[in-house]
Amino acid sequence: MTAATPETRTAAAPPARPGPHPEPVVSMTGITVEFPGVKALDGVDFRLFPGEVHALMGENGAGKSTLIKALTGVNPVAAGSIVVAGAETRFTGPADARERGISTVYQEVNLCGNLTVAENIMLGSEQRRLGGLDWRSMRREAARHLERMGLSIDPSSSLDSHSLAIQQLVAISRAMVVEAQVLILDEPTSSLDAGEVEQLFAVMRRLRDEGVAILFVSHFLDQIYAISDRITVLRNGRLVEERATADLPQRELVSLMIAGKSGADVSEARPRGERAARDPEAGPLLRAIGLGRKGSVEPFDLELYPGEVVGMAGLLGSGRTELARLLSGADRADAGAIEFAGETTRLRTPRAALAHKIAYTSEDRKGEGVVGDLTVRENIVLGLQAARGWMRPLPRANVDRIVAEYIKALGIRPANPEALLRNLSGGNQQKVLLARWLATAPRLLLLDEPTRGIDIGAKTEIMNLVSELASQGMSVVFISAELEEVVRLSDRIAVMRDRRKVAEIDGGEDVGVPQLIDLIASGGQNQ
Amino acid sequence: MSAVAAPHQIAGVGRWSPDRRYLPVIGTFIVFALMVTIGGLRYENFLSPAVMSNLFINNAHLIVLAVGMTFVILTGGIDLSVGAVLALSSVITATLLQAGWSLALVVPVAVLAGSAIGYGMGVMIQYFDIQPFVATLAGMFLARGLCFLFAPESVPIRDESFIALAGWGVNLGRWRVTAAVLIALLAVAAAWWVLHRTRFGRTVYAVGGGEQSATLMGLRVARTKVLVYVISGTCAGLAGLLFAMFSRSGYALTGVAMELDAIAAVVIGGTLLTGGTGFVLGSVIGVMVLGLIQTIITFEGTLSSWWTKIVIGALLLIFVVLQRILTLRRT
Repeated sequence: MTAATPETRTAAAPPARPGPHPEPVVSMTGITVEFPGVKALDGVDFRLFPGEVHALMGENGAGKSTLIKALTGVNPVAAGSIVVAGAETRFTGPADARERGISTVYQEVNLCGNLTVAENIMLGSEQRRLGGLDWRSMRREAARHLERMGLSIDPSSSLDSHSLAIQQLVAISRAMVVEAQVLILDEPTSSLDAGEVEQLFAVMRRLRDEGVAILFVSHFLDQIYAISDRITVLRNGRLVEERATADLPQRELVSLMIAGKSGADVSEARPRGERAARDPEAGPLLRAIGLGRKGSVEPFDLELYPGEVVGMAGLLGSGRTELARLLSGADRADAGAIEFAGETTRLRTPRAALAHKIAYTSEDRKGEGVVGDLTVRENIVLGLQAARGWMRPLPRANVDRIVAEYIKALGIRPANPEALLRNLSGGNQQKVLLARWLATAPRLLLLDEPTRGIDIGAKTEIMNLVSELASQGMSVVFISAELEEVVRLSDRIAVMRDRRKVAEIDGGEDVGVPQLIDLIASGGQNQ
Repeated sequence: MSAVAAPHQIAGVGRWSPDRRYLPVIGTFIVFALMVTIGGLRYENFLSPAVMSNLFINNAHLIVLAVGMTFVILTGGIDLSVGAVLALSSVITATLLQAGWSLALVVPVAVLAGSAIGYGMGVMIQYFDIQPFVATLAGMFLARGLCFLFAPESVPIRDESFIALAGWGVNLGRWRVTAAVLIALLAVAAAWWVLHRTRFGRTVYAVGGGEQSATLMGLRVARTKVLVYVISGTCAGLAGLLFAMFSRSGYALTGVAMELDAIAAVVIGGTLLTGGTGFVLGSVIGVMVLGLIQTIITFEGTLSSWWTKIVIGALLLIFVVLQRILTLRRT
């Protein structure tokens, strides 16, 4: 992907077509959405003009999807007004919104692969003849809509015989059948390659020039700058900024998205003096050479040393998690190699990684981490038992000793090994997850967002623990959306952007959040 | 955020011919043609119109069952109740005719009994979120139990108009088409029309392809999922009527395990058990294949009838594995 340079952007933007229509087609004011115990959106204003591509930006939990769902009637709105085409409106759901000209295309293609392209486009707006569906004219109609997208594929071919990019364009064709004035594209590019993204963008530009208002969500900064005319930034459920893309430098955008996030109040979580001076003689514990996976993360080099915390900095969707998953064997790399303790090895499965004493805690704590219906004790010994093999059960006395040890060491509350895990708080669940992998005595610990969604006290405890583990000689990879935490904890920081590792810097006194923001925004090109 | 990016093909590449959706049905048809050819070569009179007509006459009820089952399996469900519902319908027919009801009343009552049971199961599956396997298993026991409530013993049918209907038939040359065969073929034609020419029919396929997607496409998923069980129940009711015409009686223990024959016919006919792919015509050929196995074993003479089951089992296995390979190649 090529970054749009400022010159081409200003040249291609406003003068190319009439300026924004004076009347917004969608105007949301003071939107508040409440979920039990949380205000997901707090008085957010949002405007969408005909003939513009409007990027909605924000990190995890900023409220992007909630705003889209509030507009399309999925989430009930507690306060605020939604005006569509001049009339106050509340949609009852996506189908209702679609009928009134607001169509949504989701990240995953939500079409039926077993049906034909024509059926996928036309179902719901069929044409009939003699009481039955008239396939001939529906195919013709579908072909017309496909042509509008610049697609020349056979409407009677089945959808799953086409690539994801084409399927995505078919989904947009379907959205446009109802002559939508507003098209919502929710991360449509996340599984497309560069050429396919260009194909999608060409369609978006064509629709925009026809006067369609496009709401575009993407985590790729390059794409935002290549396609959007205007950007709205949300943070923690509040509106931060709405500005023309040409007037919003990347650096400012990144800091608007993440600045002021309330990180853990870790006053010197890791005393600088304790940072291990890397033994110049010792080789790296793990060395990744050109490791990558198509559509997930581009090939990167990375060295991890014992006794060192390596932080991963980057925005949501920048490839942080994908990188950790390659190192842990959760995803299989299709390029490059891994050397572990000097020997080339292939990590095909998490089990293979575990055999090398590499442990990975997923960011998806509930889905891929703890087992909610098992007890604290069972969750803690799970990893250890898996490493031993199912044929050699751990003696119960050993289990009890290990479990008691970790409950005490990590301060897991309630300190009851028989408590069901789903009844624990998020922070304590995270500690149990940590305990599970610590019990396997890993040499490399990959922590993906261990501090997300837990209270500040628990955050501090976990960060102190990480720091302590590193000083005992463990190699740790620490991923967090909160740059302050990464800065505080890391001996070295790898910077990710748009699924690429763009820079690597040593941590230290002089490294701060602003410097990381610069690196993320510039893609490491200033160095 | 999706950590796993699905692999995908290069844009524009990846069109297949002939369309892979037809491959399983084509496979079934080849098996059918092979069996006819082998039978014709091995045995005299095998290819006679009489034998072939009997293939339809003896299996008319199974064709109707398979048609209903096709709807259910296309949505990714299963209906275990159809054998018992068939028995119930035949027992109702026999009992009511014996009680002196007129045929014009008995027919709708017998068929609608099946629809009602289907509706009940559909509601359980859709609105109470019970697995189709369990809900229809309950329906199966219920229907079988009701049979005995009506008539614990076999009830002969002596009603004249019914006998006349059952015995009606036309001879086209040396081919014979009975009322039951005609009804079965009409059911097939109606099912084809509904599946391919109505929005409901396409929704059936869409639900099988991905329920979530179908919902997001704004299709009426809930109604469709209930309706397929109503259709299957109705077909089972109709099949019960046909079976009563065939056996001239109603008996509570008919059709035991016949639902499994219907499922086997649908699967051999190329419909994927995961839903979304398949054709009614395939299911009809599936029934024909099952019937041919039986015919061939009868012609062979020395083989025990258990060989029917063994051959069906082997065929099923082969077809399921073939389908699996086709599906795996797709992803």
